[in-house]
Amino acid sequence: MAEKSEYRGNIHQRQKQLMLDWYGKLEQAASGDEPKTCSLMVSGNCVELLEAFGIVPIYPEVNALQLAIRHQSLDPILAAEEMGYAADNCAYVKADIGCLLKGITPTGTRLPEKPTLVLCNFVGCNTYLKWFEHVAKFTGAPLYVIDVPFLRTAEPSKEDVAYVVKQLHELVALLEKLTGRKFDPDRFRHAVACSARSEELWSRIKHLAKVTPSPFDAYFDAITLMGPLYVYRATQEGVDFFTDALAELEAKRSAGEGVYERERFRLVMEGPPPYPYFRTFRDMFAKWQATAVASTYSTVGGLWEFGFRHDPAEPFESVAMHMIAQNVTNRNMLQRYDQMQRYLEEWKADGVIIHFVKSCRLFSAGQGDMRDYFSKQLGVPTLYIESDLEDPRYFAEAQTRTRIDAFFEALEHSKAHPQPRPTVAKGTQLCVLPQA
Amino acid sequence: MLASDIERTFDRYRDLLEDLSFPEVRRWKEADPRRKAVGFFPVYAPVEIIHAAGMLPVGLAGAGDRLDIQHADARFGSFICSIIKTTLELGMTGHLEPFEGLLFSSICDSARNLAFVMKRNFPQKYIDFLHLPHNPSSPASVDFLAAEYRRLIGQLERIGGDYSEEKLRAGIALFNRQRELVRELYAIRAAAPHLLRAWECYVAVRVGNVLPVEEHIALLEQVLAAAPRRDAKKRDSLRVVIEGSFCEQPPLEVIRLIEDAGCDIVEDDFTLAQRWFTEDVPAVGDPVHALAEAYVNRSVYSSVRHDFRKPRWLGLAEKIKASQADAVIFLMAKFCEPAYFDYVPFKQQVELMGLPHLALEYEEKLFTFERLRTEVETFVESLVFD
Repeated sequence: MAEKSEYRGNIHQRQKQLMLDWYGKLEQAASGDEPKTCSLMVSGNCVELLEAFGIVPIYPEVNALQLAIRHQSLDPILAAEEMGYAADNCAYVKADIGCLLKGITPTGTRLPEKPTLVLCNFVGCNTYLKWFEHVAKFTGAPLYVIDVPFLRTAEPSKEDVAYVVKQLHELVALLEKLTGRKFDPDRFRHAVACSARSEELWSRIKHLAKVTPSPFDAYFDAITLMGPLYVYRATQEGVDFFTDALAELEAKRSAGEGVYERERFRLVMEGPPPYPYFRTFRDMFAKWQATAVASTYSTVGGLWEFGFRHDPAEPFESVAMHMIAQNVTNRNMLQRYDQMQRYLEEWKADGVIIHFVKSCRLFSAGQGDMRDYFSKQLGVPTLYIESDLEDPRYFAEAQTRTRIDAFFEALEHSKAHPQPRPTVAKGTQLCVLPQA
Repeated sequence: MLASDIERTFDRYRDLLEDLSFPEVRRWKEADPRRKAVGFFPVYAPVEIIHAAGMLPVGLAGAGDRLDIQHADARFGSFICSIIKTTLELGMTGHLEPFEGLLFSSICDSARNLAFVMKRNFPQKYIDFLHLPHNPSSPASVDFLAAEYRRLIGQLERIGGDYSEEKLRAGIALFNRQRELVRELYAIRAAAPHLLRAWECYVAVRVGNVLPVEEHIALLEQVLAAAPRRDAKKRDSLRVVIEGSFCEQPPLEVIRLIEDAGCDIVEDDFTLAQRWFTEDVPAVGDPVHALAEAYVNRSVYSSVRHDFRKPRWLGLAEKIKASQADAVIFLMAKFCEPAYFDYVPFKQQVELMGLPHLALEYEEKLFTFERLRTEVETFVESLVFD
């Protein structure tokens, strides 16, 4: 089928350039004492605080996915397995550690061998704790863990917020010591204000996918936009990028342009993509002119489409709130079900694709129950497929294609012959958790 | 207890551990219809608080090979460890009926997701997730954990718990006594392993998961009194530390076969909940604060607790030195990511100390042991004839 599989506009070129500029800064850091760098995790990241010190973030996850998308992940994975990591350890970690050992980088440019700080923002993912502990051990860099209470109640308690805020202040003192710079509260507030602006623009982009046809794919294209979101959110460059991205996509919307000539299916996607087969996987959906109108993976770094913004009036508290409650990884499984249900209703989707990735138990453990909830309890067409986000050995192409084709054939039939879904009141919240 | 009765005692408690109907929990509840039981998923839970609410804390430990998985595979799929599935299966087959509440904590991603899947599937139960802190270097972590414990107390009261600070102080003293006796048991294992086999020690400690603490204390005292009087011969065995079995438990047969192959298991991390603190928790002052402070500053090292002030591999090194071990066996549950990750720095530490080590993998539902037996025997032979 000659269907174009993706939208390639200016924003894709701009994001590529932004990411190359970022790798350029990291290469500069690798060759001298400046700029200072800090490894941190994508999920619920506190990049605003680093920006206040002029510290450039290093995201090992972004490095790992760049490697996989360029088909370079297997060698470092095997190197890590040789040193004792298990076949069933997270392959992001293995790829990252393998790269450290072998001096591999995704773009061929150098990365700092020893970051100024290894900062584990522990937001839900227990693997982060192990990963960064190992990175600190192998690089000799200092380690700090921000212990973010998992969201086990409907909203964070005041004690949860106070705990994170106190740790953020400890981090400020540590960064002052490591960089020799005094913390500048105005620069911090400015960074937080830039984030709030970027988030507003990003949120408006996400809401564009509510129209039919959606002007972009909120899974595959959103991933393209996620790099700038994590690296540049707290800067003017980030604000400029998202301003232009919104304008470009709004123009498409006004012209009635979708991702495909005809949008046949609207999907909610759950789970990270199979980066080693990113294009192949995307084409499996393009074949059916199926557009993702929403995805949980694009809310790993932050959940902004439901209204949360960083707040320059309360910079520390809002950074803490973002880390505790406003990213999908630190929210519990049932809150994720609710998030997806909102997408189904408000973004008017036809079905759910659950992509189980063996590396990531945070996302995947219990996704069978999720399938049960959506398909049996809500009567939503749901497809469950398995592979990995980093390790190319776990992608069964023919089998995945067969299952996706079969799903769309059935979906086409059910769209033509709609059956009443089980009655669940609109906006019903599954997650009735005790108040903090 | 006569020395000759001790074998029968161990057999009885082994049978009790294998009974998935939780007969001791049911018996305890039958004495008073208002009594409630709260189960906790490994590794640690503040049992003193549950006890102080007048409830029975019960350590869950999967289902071994005694439960066919009919429902849980469809909910948790591939690459997920067995105890996650057996725990859910226990729920879906009615085996967790004696429990009004279930607690989970921040040990790993699978266990955390299980907590919320259980919440959806068993809405009539009180199911909660405790966030146990992973940044003990922060002075704020004690206050945070104390607040978390107070939240738990509020929830236990909501389901009918009758809590008081006084009861908590008394409970802390009781559980201190239990932990002290367990330490004594392990001291026997280290000094005179022939007087108490590893599987016997294991059963005596683990049965505390399902017995009221007062009864467990009585049992431990009896075992401690009887063990030195046993007529057993010293064996010339390899002294090994077992590391990695802190959550899902290996079949008892695996512990036996390691001993039979010529190892004395002088240290392990099998049932860490009852060995959690390195010293007594103060039973005076604000008891909630004392429990939180003890967790932050007096916990044993464990693959599910992170304290970058002191890496876990140094904890392992101390354990090896203190127990004068000759070798380390990494005994890891299949798909246990915390154990897999820790294996790398642990192995490096053990190699730095010049000690031999062996990595083994098991599942709780394992029922053929020949391959494991051969691996251990080969390991022991290679060291004995070295």
